[in-house]
Amino acid sequence: MNLKPNEKLDVREILENLENYAPKRRGWVWRKKVGQQQIGPFEYNNCSTSLKNSVGIPSSDYFDGLDPQPEEVITTEIASGRFEDDIRRMRMSAWHGADHIMVIRTAGQSHMDQLIEGTPQGIGGIPISRKQVRAHRKALDIIEDEVGRLINYHSYVSGEAGPDIAVMFAEEGVNGAHQDPQYNVLYRNINMVRSFVDAAEAKKVMAWADMAQIDGAHNANATAREAWKVMPELMVQHAINSIFSAKVGMKKENICLSTVPPTAAPAPALKFDLPYAVALREYFTEYKMRAQQNTKYITSSSREATVTHVLNMLVSRLTSADIQSTITPDEGRNVPWHIYNIEACDNAKQTLVSLDSLMDMVELKKDGYLVEEKREIQERAVLYLEEILEVGGYFEAVQKGFFVDSGKYPERNGDGIARDIHGGLAAGTVYERDEDYLAPVTAHFGNNNVAQYDEKFIDNPSGLIGGCSFENRDLIQFIDELDDEDNVYTRMDKTEKYRKSDIIKPEVQWLGDGVVQVDLFLPTDKRHAKYAALEFAKHMNLKDPEVIHVEVLHPSEGTRVQFKGVLDFEVDLSKLEIPPEPVLLDYDEIREYVKNRPIKVVAGTMGEDEHSVGLREVLDIKHGGIERYGIDVVYLGTSVKVEKIIDAAIEENADVILGSTIISHDDVHYKLMKRMHEVAIEKGIRDKVIICAGGTQVTPEIAVKQGIDAGFGRESHGVDVATFIVEELRRREK
Amino acid sequence: MKKLLERDDDFLLRRNHIKDLSDEELKSKFWKLSGEIVDPMIELSKTHTTPSIERSVLIRMGFSSLEAQPLVELAIDRGLIGKGVGHVVYVVSKEKDMSIRDAGLELLEEKHWDFVIDYFNKRGEK
Repeated sequence: MNLKPNEKLDVREILENLENYAPKRRGWVWRKKVGQQQIGPFEYNNCSTSLKNSVGIPSSDYFDGLDPQPEEVITTEIASGRFEDDIRRMRMSAWHGADHIMVIRTAGQSHMDQLIEGTPQGIGGIPISRKQVRAHRKALDIIEDEVGRLINYHSYVSGEAGPDIAVMFAEEGVNGAHQDPQYNVLYRNINMVRSFVDAAEAKKVMAWADMAQIDGAHNANATAREAWKVMPELMVQHAINSIFSAKVGMKKENICLSTVPPTAAPAPALKFDLPYAVALREYFTEYKMRAQQNTKYITSSSREATVTHVLNMLVSRLTSADIQSTITPDEGRNVPWHIYNIEACDNAKQTLVSLDSLMDMVELKKDGYLVEEKREIQERAVLYLEEILEVGGYFEAVQKGFFVDSGKYPERNGDGIARDIHGGLAAGTVYERDEDYLAPVTAHFGNNNVAQYDEKFIDNPSGLIGGCSFENRDLIQFIDELDDEDNVYTRMDKTEKYRKSDIIKPEVQWLGDGVVQVDLFLPTDKRHAKYAALEFAKHMNLKDPEVIHVEVLHPSEGTRVQFKGVLDFEVDLSKLEIPPEPVLLDYDEIREYVKNRPIKVVAGTMGEDEHSVGLREVLDIKHGGIERYGIDVVYLGTSVKVEKIIDAAIEENADVILGSTIISHDDVHYKLMKRMHEVAIEKGIRDKVIICAGGTQVTPEIAVKQGIDAGFGRESHGVDVATFIVEELRRREK
Repeated sequence: MKKLLERDDDFLLRRNHIKDLSDEELKSKFWKLSGEIVDPMIELSKTHTTPSIERSVLIRMGFSSLEAQPLVELAIDRGLIGKGVGHVVYVVSKEKDMSIRDAGLELLEEKHWDFVIDYFNKRGEK
């Protein structure tokens, strides 16, 4: 199955013959660090190889589509609850630079003491089952060919069924997973003994599959009351999971710390975040850093979340990050939508590329506040570890509520999460292995009495049974569906018309969901604004409207409100009247025409407008402007009055007038166009000149309605203008 | 809810014995202590098993999750999880001369369990 950029990915084709699909590979992949390299006109030092197919950040249009890829692996978290729709988002994300697709699990999966099978719909994530994982990996196997970079697929090996999930992931070529028994213990209240014993087996399996592991320490930051105070504990949590994993047999370079800058503005964030980042990286030199965004202080403001993300990436670059996570700017208000996954990927790409070569220009101070603060965090962490041993070890420390206490250790506020060693879910389910305990499989951790049957298989226990599923995929039992109603086929049948016809609806996460977001300003206080917004939504015919963000601009003058609602309306693409795309003349044809019929143009920015960059690009020979075709340009400068432009046209005996106008406040740009048309009539030259106007806010159709001959918007270049002039002159000649 | 410790920040007192350590020495101490904390849990993991570990073994042996779950329950009910549930299947396969898969499926039909109990008892007596 090959993808073509101009064709949609057929999810039904992914589902076909899935029972026989084997993933192309297993194991985690890092981006290739290229070092110094030339991409387009620039030299980069912190970029990876470019993609075969991609979409650059919006401003790449100004740079000929330039789309450098940072050297960090970039994560995007996808969690719509319908894995079939997530596949499309994975493709879009990959085009925007994500190569680590993290799939959030449905609420409650960590409390299921078994694997989920089939394709039921999830809440806030997908129920991770073999079928869904296989379909995702199959899709990514194709998508990675399309973009030209290997893509890591990632989910969670935690909860009560950790080892089961780890084995399924290993069999299905999943490349990375969260695994940290402390997460089970502290946040899921799963029995602590069970959690650690399970974790050892799960980690051993992950090590066999060469998966990258991400820990769960960042949750302490997200949970603690005053998150910046948990820095010593974060070091401790990272250490416990890291060293436990290494002792089980995981390669240290596959063990990644999920590290977050602990605080955010309005705190003086970098004063906390930078010393902490340095302290951590000094101690975990052999491990990898997965830089996560601070989510503790995220709100429903997508702007604010974006700024936090960008500043957190500054910390990544000032220290180090192997994986740069992206939290979607809408994380604080809903399960991420398509557009925000893409925004997050673009935020990362834009920021990291901007920061290229940063550390070749600046360095962190080796004395003073930064170093003193760093050392203090490290000392506090060491004291923390000492006290854990003093009280009798990790389990005892958890019982005493050491963890997620909001005090800055050794300060204790008595508000930590305490768990009972005999309590929690699945308590009492840990059994001692007998002397003759046996597990005739690969990647099993701990005592395994293989010798009782055959000493030659001591290092290869599955040899006893002629190999297990890790050596022989044919042993894997694929379960298709368990529920006749709650499965991918019934869901897709309901939305099939949006897949198989020209009918479309707006969408935020699921095909045909119809959800739209409206952003407005209301000149009233917060509470009135909120309820007024819902009233507007009703009149916009939006069903189930819900306010998702409110921001005070002034307590009485006004409030910004964002709301969402369902637009129950479809558009049939086949019935749209779309003007044909303009056909551009080629260089030689325009040049030849101008040679035989010289063209003179007068140009300037109109009214009170000093913005000349766009106009210069359309005119100047070095930017590929109309001068390159031999057109004679008289540039009048900026802020030229309409009358002056027309007078200049008369004086120069010009064929064409080009007026540029960026400012669009109160439609002044259109008013100026109309005025040009009118003055040209008054002065008796209207039929002798071609009048054109351009600017970023110009819609060509509206420009023409002002009486001028053509308008050019933000996508226009010299060739568009030259083509129009030549064709218009030809028309007039006839 | 049990009352948890509250304590003022006594960092300046507590750090006395480590304040003169070099950065390198402090880092070594950090890793030594971390290792000591996890060692007993590593040992515990080597010598213990759980239903999910046993299910994961059975999945690797070629059983589905739907089969692994009840097989482990049957073994727990009969006090055999300490032997390893994969072990139970292996014994039936070997002694009754059938494939691993057939052995597991017949155990799911509640066949052979008495045989298995007997088998382990006899070996235990040796």
